[in-house]
Amino acid sequence: MIGKLILRRLLVSIFILLAVSVVVFAATLLLPGDPARAILGQQATEERIAALNAELHLDRSPFERYFLWLGGLFVGDFGTSTTTGGPVIELLGDRISSSLVLMLCAAVIAVPVGIAIGIFSALHRGKRRDQVVTWSTLTLAALPEFVIGIALVTLFATSVFRILPAVTMSPPGQQVWELPAQLILPTLTLALVVIPYIIRMMRATMAEVMDSGFVEMARLKGVSERQVIFRHALPHAIGPVAQVVAIQLAWLAGGVVVVEYLFRYPGIGQALIDAVTFRDVQVVQAISIIIAAVYVVVNLLADIAGILANPKLRSAS
Amino acid sequence: MSTVDLNPGSVGDDLKESATRPSRLVARIWAQKQGKVGVILTAFIVILALAGPLLAPLVTGYSPTEFADRPFQTTGIFGTDNLGRSVASRFLAGGLLLLAYSVLATALGLVVGCVIGMVAGYAGGKTDSIIMRLNDVVLAFPQLVLALLAIVVLGPQGWVLVTVIGLTHAPRVARVARAATLGVTSEDYIRAAEMYAMPRARILSREIFPNITGPLCVEAGLRLTYSIGAIASLSFLGLGMQPPTADWGLMINENRIALSIQPWGVILPVIAIAILTIGTNLLADAIARATASTNVETS
Amino acid sequence: MTSSTMSGTATATDTALWMEDLRVVTHDGTEILHGVSLTLFRGEILGLVGESGSGKTTAGLACLGHYRAGLAYGSGSITLCSREGEDVQLLELPEERMRRLRGSRVAYIPQDPALSLNPAIRVGEQIREVLDIHGYGSSDKERSARVAQVLEEVGLPSTPAYQRRWPHQLSGGQQQRIGIAMAFAMTPDVLILDEPTTGLDVSTQSHVLDTIRMMTQQHDVASLYITHDLAVVAELADRVAVMLRGELVEEGPVGQLLAAPEHPYTRRLLEAVPDLAGKKVLTATNELPTVSRTPGLPAETAEEPNRSPLLTVRDLRKSYGSTEVLKGVEFTLEPGQSAMVLGESGSGKTTLSRCVAGLVDDYQGVVALRGKELANSTRQRTGDQRQDVQYIFQSPFSSLNPRRTIGQSLTVPLEMSQKLPPRERRGVVEEALDSVRLSRSFYDRRPGDLSGGERQRAAIARALVNAPSILVCDEITSALDVSVQASIIALLNHLRAERGLALLFVTHNITLARHIADQIVVLNQGVIVDAGPVDEVLEHPTHDYTRQLLSNVPTL
Repeated sequence: MIGKLILRRLLVSIFILLAVSVVVFAATLLLPGDPARAILGQQATEERIAALNAELHLDRSPFERYFLWLGGLFVGDFGTSTTTGGPVIELLGDRISSSLVLMLCAAVIAVPVGIAIGIFSALHRGKRRDQVVTWSTLTLAALPEFVIGIALVTLFATSVFRILPAVTMSPPGQQVWELPAQLILPTLTLALVVIPYIIRMMRATMAEVMDSGFVEMARLKGVSERQVIFRHALPHAIGPVAQVVAIQLAWLAGGVVVVEYLFRYPGIGQALIDAVTFRDVQVVQAISIIIAAVYVVVNLLADIAGILANPKLRSAS
Repeated sequence: MSTVDLNPGSVGDDLKESATRPSRLVARIWAQKQGKVGVILTAFIVILALAGPLLAPLVTGYSPTEFADRPFQTTGIFGTDNLGRSVASRFLAGGLLLLAYSVLATALGLVVGCVIGMVAGYAGGKTDSIIMRLNDVVLAFPQLVLALLAIVVLGPQGWVLVTVIGLTHAPRVARVARAATLGVTSEDYIRAAEMYAMPRARILSREIFPNITGPLCVEAGLRLTYSIGAIASLSFLGLGMQPPTADWGLMINENRIALSIQPWGVILPVIAIAILTIGTNLLADAIARATASTNVETS
Repeated sequence: MTSSTMSGTATATDTALWMEDLRVVTHDGTEILHGVSLTLFRGEILGLVGESGSGKTTAGLACLGHYRAGLAYGSGSITLCSREGEDVQLLELPEERMRRLRGSRVAYIPQDPALSLNPAIRVGEQIREVLDIHGYGSSDKERSARVAQVLEEVGLPSTPAYQRRWPHQLSGGQQQRIGIAMAFAMTPDVLILDEPTTGLDVSTQSHVLDTIRMMTQQHDVASLYITHDLAVVAELADRVAVMLRGELVEEGPVGQLLAAPEHPYTRRLLEAVPDLAGKKVLTATNELPTVSRTPGLPAETAEEPNRSPLLTVRDLRKSYGSTEVLKGVEFTLEPGQSAMVLGESGSGKTTLSRCVAGLVDDYQGVVALRGKELANSTRQRTGDQRQDVQYIFQSPFSSLNPRRTIGQSLTVPLEMSQKLPPRERRGVVEEALDSVRLSRSFYDRRPGDLSGGERQRAAIARALVNAPSILVCDEITSALDVSVQASIIALLNHLRAERGLALLFVTHNITLARHIADQIVVLNQGVIVDAGPVDEVLEHPTHDYTRQLLSNVPTL
């Protein structure tokens, strides 16, 4: 029963990833222009262009090209960058880990803080504290990432306090995590964008659970309020919230784009913007696929966790 | 008639007699703090954005694209920008396009998403699964990434921005519309309409749609907030509105290198975008509260 | 404390709980309990009866010092005379001391066990929790033994395997027994039971009631049994108190109160309760033209032996997945006849009625109208066939679109049948409103402004606008208070007499049989086990299931 459900969920994810690859690949077919010429420049001879076209499989049918490209993805071959002329994977290598570090830092801060504030708010429903939380989350949730980022920069790096670096400047060869001070503002920006959603969802689910029949029954059994919250209510609220947390974490994969650009952080987001600006299609393809894959995988993990945590499904087998 | 007291003022019956019709939606939104603040903030920026382009030359003496002084000077009301144009003038003119694009994208997303979601929710079965799986494919891309993908292929033109932002909203709206439709579809009045062989299109438009307007209004507010954020973000990235257009997002991009010496070129548009998005988000929240109790009735 | 001021033979030592002039208010200051006084005696069950909105649950929960969201204590006192130690003023206790009394001295059994048991905690663990909190016994072993003991007392297996089950693995009746076990685990002084058998089948209800009675007597507990069902009270309680809109209108020993009610409300309530014997006439139906109770038809049919019955159901089968819910059902209905389809939850009765109405499109077998086989789905049936068979839904809270006026909803059948020009439709709808005794002003009102009874009348009117021959009524009174039920039954009987309608009255409530039907069809797990004229089936049931059903019905 459970195995079947997980298998089904897995198949759906694989289907989605394949469909994503089709969308991304199809986008390039729409693109006017000649990638080989773009790589080699206007002066290149026809023979060299033909040779490169053959190397890039551009002389094949779109159908064949799709499968060659897809096959390449599995062995880490993301194609050739038109700006650098080298393999895309070389361009992205370090940047992927840099972005993952940033996402991870943001998640580690946002998840516990969001859940804690959400519970706090739900338990003080209708009181002043709750209203303060509600208004703050409404305000924060409305703001685009760059607005929060610029506000933080203004506050901590330029105008008010000048205590943190406004942009990331890592010397070549050095990894981002070796300069923790430069990580603070990007991390904080991402966390502040994600936290309000986690708070709101946590508050809503927790409030709903606190109104449920079994929580009332627990109180009428004489269970202490502390136990009511931690033993009876919380386990039920965490399930649905896990889904939202997953979606938010997956969202980070896209959210890094603006934040990295703003702080000149050397990650895939920054690379994506550069690639879009220079119309470097292979790189855009590769990054889109990577980001979508992160999103799909995180969601898959959350769903599997949800299936495993549900006693109804667990005991049905 | 030897009257039979068939309605014997029975006990349960007269309890509800006094219940009056719920007050109008607008009144209920205004009755809340969130609603009031939201309306005021939104209206403030909307008026600014609408009237700004006309006022800009009158107030500052310069058109948004005219050179006023050397770059990053403090002359005039708010100084000059990276090319020496009047910040005040560009600020006044910079909201209209953002607002228009956002509203159009939101409307597109709502209409497409609502139709998809309602059909999926009401049809159920295979139709539902197929539609929702395709939805998941679009949802696997963060909105901004899909927009960037479209821009790299089609270029940063207005219609591309509106269409791609609108269409990326659609699956998200569809999810909400579908969930709401499912809630309504399980009600017996839908069974009743089917029993009387009401055409399915009419069931959707007449029986289901009026009962899901609550969540859809909330979505409209939320999606508008996100549209503004997304389009402003794209402009901020240099991939939305293109120079020399006066636009808040673009202004931030152009002027942020001088944040410490001439902050107005960044601060003003940032504040305007913040107020607008906060306003629309508060409004969405107020609508959600106002419709929560009346949208689907429980006994 | 002094002896109770209440009537009764009990002495002061027997008093377990004493509520005096309790007032409860909403947060905006509206009083919803207007000074309720009750006394509970040890070993006795007090039935607290009232219809929805009477405040009976609020009064019950106040005994545990608990108020639902939006409500607060107004004034008055509740004194608990515990076996252990001093009398305490419950409502003056600090929260922490009140908490220690909840579940140990005053226990609560909720209405819906499915919602009240924590779905993520094993059932044994949930009983055990009560013992842990209130420090039962001195060792783990003692507490474990108590869990097993109390499970056995309520008639459930006490094995570790059973204790390790999740709530969703138990049936409704078993879940409620877990609730009872939980309440009795600490052998409380006072037990508050809030409609604990609502939603259970009569046979399950009968078992649960037996358990409650046995446990109350055995442990000398004072019980407050909150219910809307007078028949249950008659079987179970020693004394009865009747509540009406936050006030206690009458109280007394059960026999005396039911035999000679003093307050007019109690009388009306009693009159509205259907009884199996069918001797009583529900809500003044005697003033209506008499409905022929003889099965069969007016004389004319005898002259046409070849005529097909109005409705024929033959070998009807329907499965959901691998579970077959209807296993070859057959019956017929003659014009003007009223047949009751009786079944408990899961018997397939709703599926059956929906097959007849054309709301289920993949059944096998035949549903024929006047000898002509009907298509499965209403969409495939002809306009005339659709008009002839009309279906009324169980819940009037769900069957009318809240966003459309009653008039708009009632016009739909006319609109779809296309028989009347649009301007004549309003007149027909207003006549239908007349015939269900709703004022014509309801035309422009929305369902939200109507009470449950009014809504159900509107739903009946919707079925009448097209002048049908058969009304299929699917549990149409089960969501309504008993007095409203009585008036709906009276209305149906009146319509039958007036229009010669045939009724297919689907219900779980056998006591309505003699009030509404001439024929009865008893459905059990998709099979008809008994059928025939009402009197015959009720007096000489042929099947064990019917006999068991009859013996479990609580009567006044």
